[in-house]
Amino acid sequence: MRGFLSWNVLSGILNTMIGLATPFLYAALGETFAQSSGVVNLGVDGIMLLSAFAAFYVALTTLSLALGLLAAALVGLAMGLIMSFVSVTLKAEQGVSGIGLYMFGLGMSSLLFKVLIGTVKTVEGFKPIAIPFLSKIPFVGPILFHNDILTYGAFLLVPASWWVLEKTSLGLKIKAVGQNPAAADSVGIGVGRVRYLSVCIGAVLAGVAGASLSIAQLNLFQDNLTAGQGFIAVALVYFGGWRPVGVLAGALLFSVANSFQLWIQVLGVKIPSSVAVMLPYLLTILALTVTANRARQPAALNKPFERGES
Amino acid sequence: MMRPKFDWAKVALNVLLPVAGVFAALFVGAAMLLALRVNPFTAYAALFNGAVGSKFGLTQSLVKATPLLLVGSGICIAFRANVINIGGEGQIIVGALMGAWVPLTFPAWPGWALIPLTCVMGFLAGGAWGFVPGILKARLRVNEILSTIMMNAIALQLMNLLLQGPMMDPEGIARGTFLAQSAQLPKQAWLARLVPQTLLHSGAIIAVVLAFAAYLLLWKTTIGYGIRAVGLNPDASRYSGIKVSFYQALSLTLAGGFAGLAGAIEVIGVQHRLMEGLTSGYGFTGIVAALLGGLHPLGVIPASVVFGGLLVGADKMQRATQVPSSLVTAILGIIVLFVSGAALWSRRWTAQRLVRQGLAAERLESGGER
Repeated sequence: MRGFLSWNVLSGILNTMIGLATPFLYAALGETFAQSSGVVNLGVDGIMLLSAFAAFYVALTTLSLALGLLAAALVGLAMGLIMSFVSVTLKAEQGVSGIGLYMFGLGMSSLLFKVLIGTVKTVEGFKPIAIPFLSKIPFVGPILFHNDILTYGAFLLVPASWWVLEKTSLGLKIKAVGQNPAAADSVGIGVGRVRYLSVCIGAVLAGVAGASLSIAQLNLFQDNLTAGQGFIAVALVYFGGWRPVGVLAGALLFSVANSFQLWIQVLGVKIPSSVAVMLPYLLTILALTVTANRARQPAALNKPFERGES
Repeated sequence: MMRPKFDWAKVALNVLLPVAGVFAALFVGAAMLLALRVNPFTAYAALFNGAVGSKFGLTQSLVKATPLLLVGSGICIAFRANVINIGGEGQIIVGALMGAWVPLTFPAWPGWALIPLTCVMGFLAGGAWGFVPGILKARLRVNEILSTIMMNAIALQLMNLLLQGPMMDPEGIARGTFLAQSAQLPKQAWLARLVPQTLLHSGAIIAVVLAFAAYLLLWKTTIGYGIRAVGLNPDASRYSGIKVSFYQALSLTLAGGFAGLAGAIEVIGVQHRLMEGLTSGYGFTGIVAALLGGLHPLGVIPASVVFGGLLVGADKMQRATQVPSSLVTAILGIIVLFVSGAALWSRRWTAQRLVRQGLAAERLESGGER
């Protein structure tokens, strides 16, 4: 135990945290768009799984990571369209249709993996890029400025999402549709169209989240690769109070707990691994319990919109 | 008092839509198989044959239907209170922990005492696992979908912890295999076999009885009335003095209890020991069974038999034709998407019929449609 929290270990924990936070950021920021417009997409995990497979398969066969990423985004878009059609056009119970989308992604990714690949293979994923000068800063440099391009993208997405949601007319429309669809409808905002767009933005980002797992972080695919990370991402949106900064805080908190748990196992600290793995989930429940700022919840969250209903 | 007329048209619609959903999903599945250059007819023939083609397959389908029916009946109770229970997996696990722990702790007890105690403890453990997200939702408005998912992960790790530590099979330790499973349960704790040389056990009867109990609870008791009122319109219920938070917590606790019982029965009826991977996704498939059963416990009975058959057939199909059994998971997902989407037409149809019958005004006053 002595010397456990040396600078090197701390730096390692934080660096692992940044990597682990990447898929959560994409998925949870995407889900923030969907939920801000009033749609809970519970199928994020399924989208991540199928996109992770698509990215991996395309990268494996074409040797192009860019094409892999594109494939993941397209799969995300397609699944986003399915989710929007069922939840917005057909006004289905969102929690239920999300579970359907999840099971579809889980089963489909496993099916395709077994039929098209079959055995465990790996790809050369995105490599860390050291940013000149900045990566030389002691301690902070290797943690923040020596990552792969998807990780940089994930962290840049935080201010970008904030800007879109808070400073553009699109963001205003998304939030209007999520708060009061009837009022938005009465001033000529197409509620259905805005919700389709928001869900699809979220789904494409969930697709990128899946790709970040299979062709940047782990560089492999296997059954149930995400192990429920998509669900955690949905929880992070609630935790973050539907604000990108809050989502960032949640993603970092969950990831640092996870990273800590990985490191204490690596360092051979005598804690049963199952207890260590359990910790981030316990933390998430606690965090949901004490912090969720429910006043900010979009008023029409989880409610399909029907014209003429008050 | 006049008994309300039995609504044949509505029942027909409630049967027709899910059946159509299953066939549509199988059709999409066939298209996917064609795209993968697999002959869908051979795959589905193997699936069908595996599920109902032999005495073993048929009984095995019922064995798999048993936990689905229990989980699904519980899901119906939660859904009727408008509470979505995604925590089936975790609740099954803690129930299964009890299912192994009780018989292993009291190995000298006779079966007539041990089996009921095991079932009750499984129910209570699952109930406790449902109560936590239930009370969090009721008191602090923590989204139950998220908390139940976290509870799943916690239960899974709890089982791993116990199986790698205090509950690990002493024989496995002595032999040095260190398999993550418990010791075998004493024989008198095993549920009786219903058909010799098969795995079909008396738990199937318990499941059917409990489905009826869930039905009676929901439609013939004040508690059930409260649960359904809260689900239909929480605001109206609150104004009329129904304790909304109580019924939300209760419904999730009961759903957890049913799933916990499913876990305990799976241990004393099928596995006879606690082992990893015991839930086999029943927590999720149970949701599908509940939906297909029209969120009615009696409707879940045929639905769970169909899905039990699908699961058994999927394994057979994988062995016979090399089509991975995960095809069935994908098909289940499509079924859920179809059925949840098709509810729109069912609602519209019902609404139009009510208008025709001149009942619309009354309905609106009593809180509107679900």
